[in-house]
Amino acid sequence: MKLLDSLRLRLAALFHPSQVNTEMEEELHSHIQLRADDLERSGLPRPEAERRARIEFGGREKYKEECHQALGNRFIEILIQDVRFSLRMLRRSPGFTIAAVLTLALAIGANAVVFGMLNGLLLRPLNLPQAESLYAIQRGNDTYILQSYPDYLDLRDRNRSFDGLAAYNIAQAGLDTGKNPSTAWLYEVSGNYFDALGIRPYLGRLFHGSDEHGPNSAPYIVLSWAYWHSHFQDDRGVVGRTVQLSKHPFTILGVAPPQFHGTLLFYSPDFFVPMVNAEQVDGANFLNARGTRWVFEVLGRVKAGVTPAQATADLNAIGSYLGKTYPNEDGPTSFSLVRPGMHGDFFAPAVRAFLAGLMLLAGLILLAACANLGSLFAARAADRGREVALRLALGSSRSRILRQLFTEAVLISLVGGAAGLCGGVVLLHWLSAWQPFPQYPMTIPVYPDASVYLVALLLALASGFLFGAVPVRQVLRTNPYEVVKSGSIARAGRRLTVRDLLLVVQIAICAVLVTSSFVALRGLVRSLHSNFGFEPRNAMLIETDLRLAGYSPDQVPAMQKRMIEAMEAIPGVTRVGLVDVPPLHMGWAVSPVFTDKTTDLRP
Amino acid sequence: MANQAQLLPGTLDLLILRAVSLGPLHGYGVLLRIGQISGNALLIEQGALYPGLFRLVRQGLLKSSWGTSENNRRAKFYELTAAGRKRLREETESWNRLASAIACALSPQPEET
Repeated sequence: MKLLDSLRLRLAALFHPSQVNTEMEEELHSHIQLRADDLERSGLPRPEAERRARIEFGGREKYKEECHQALGNRFIEILIQDVRFSLRMLRRSPGFTIAAVLTLALAIGANAVVFGMLNGLLLRPLNLPQAESLYAIQRGNDTYILQSYPDYLDLRDRNRSFDGLAAYNIAQAGLDTGKNPSTAWLYEVSGNYFDALGIRPYLGRLFHGSDEHGPNSAPYIVLSWAYWHSHFQDDRGVVGRTVQLSKHPFTILGVAPPQFHGTLLFYSPDFFVPMVNAEQVDGANFLNARGTRWVFEVLGRVKAGVTPAQATADLNAIGSYLGKTYPNEDGPTSFSLVRPGMHGDFFAPAVRAFLAGLMLLAGLILLAACANLGSLFAARAADRGREVALRLALGSSRSRILRQLFTEAVLISLVGGAAGLCGGVVLLHWLSAWQPFPQYPMTIPVYPDASVYLVALLLALASGFLFGAVPVRQVLRTNPYEVVKSGSIARAGRRLTVRDLLLVVQIAICAVLVTSSFVALRGLVRSLHSNFGFEPRNAMLIETDLRLAGYSPDQVPAMQKRMIEAMEAIPGVTRVGLVDVPPLHMGWAVSPVFTDKTTDLRP
Repeated sequence: MANQAQLLPGTLDLLILRAVSLGPLHGYGVLLRIGQISGNALLIEQGALYPGLFRLVRQGLLKSSWGTSENNRRAKFYELTAAGRKRLREETESWNRLASAIACALSPQPEET
């Protein structure tokens, strides 16, 4: 009951400040009347009695203020007052308000988008249970992360620091579900892949290490949820169905959970097949080739209580064993741990540098916006000099006036920030859904999460306080007596003011921004028109993969010859050629080049 | 006036609780009652009473309701809540302990005679 009463009182104070005020006024009035009654009874005439009662009571306004303080909740009450007043002031100058909100919306929106990318690509761990303990294994201290399958098996079986080491490889295959065969992008994964990552099936079951019994022994498919949704129309009957994968029968075991998109940030596979069946999937068998490094990434969860340094030492012990046992294929070998998701340190430095540059530019934009708004606010405070002076003269404290000005600034920054964030979120969702290269399942998973919202809020608050702080000195120096007397703020000559300084800062930042955007634009234009040494115009690429259609290696050349002849017969075609990896094409093929004197032909 | 004592900080709340413990009172009544039970020996500025009353209401030690005074004026009456009664008991005890300790310390000591 007591709690309810006190709550009711506080709520009343919050929402009906005038009612609380009236009651307080009435109570104090009643006190004075009662005192006057007593004084009157002792023989004073009524008017004199009331006068004496008022004097005895003391400073009425002062005690009223103290009563308000005793009621508590002054902070929120003043805040509501200030917000109301600020809204009124802002409504009175819509041009200023719109300009300020738009400036901030653009600046904070840009920052939210760039931070969203930074967050999605660098800060946020892979969406997996206990992703902090997950590491990928990199060879040596360079950025070489590919491993050979026998090396992977040795790492997996000989280490004592990981709760299961998994491996995966990116591959392409032709999938025939009975109607229109199509190419699909998939992961070839080690049998323990799902168990090592802690993935539970959404539907059916996943395969395990125990399903593998040597090459081509596990013709199973686990679909990704997205592929099941788009290509199988959420049909729960797919479990157990047999489909043709590169002309080999594979059984669909189950569906992975919706939030699992594989272990490479940019690339979401359509489905997963066991790595031991790689020969059936892409026609080549490197399972026993220790010198051929084709396994895309080996990753695992470091055991609880084992530090990354201990795990690295453990791996290096295996490395020296490999180096001694297989001097021709492995040679001196060391390993290091990297965060998974970016293919080791292969993409990460470029992404990091790019995003750091962008973040810097976005930060500059926000600074320029703050400088701009700061001078706008200073100008506004100068225009409102008389209002400030009048309020000071009426007994308002300077801190109270500054508080109101800050409320106004933060209000603008919050509205601008909210508008910018809305735009940013739309852009981030669009970016996340964007596939920059239609022929590859590449995505940029930068959908916003709580930290993006938090950063936008903090940026908005910080910039509000930053540009709100510009007119502080002006208000502190206002002399109400002078202003009210002369009717304007006396300007003591032209001196270098904060506003001049802000203008210089703003121009400098804008010069940097404009220059850098021109440099970027020119770079783009030049790379669009650069001289490659060949003429890319009018060249058409037709991508085929005969292995996916079930052609055996000895049948391929004849078929390719027939295709070339057929294409040459098309009117208007001048030349037809065959190429494995076209120039400027993004491909994974890396060819080691050796000088003629090299004897150690390891990659 | 000259021989009225200044209130020690924090004692006004205790006096208000004590005054109200004898029966519901309006603000002016609290003032009169304090004067009466202290033999008019304490100097309290009348307005200073109200922040104290509001504070005690907020702490849930007093509750208030509007009523009519003995000479037919509308006034706000205060009375103790259960928590207020408990607080008064505790504060009285601790005040008595403090007062007797100070009195004991200030009384003439054997070695002074």
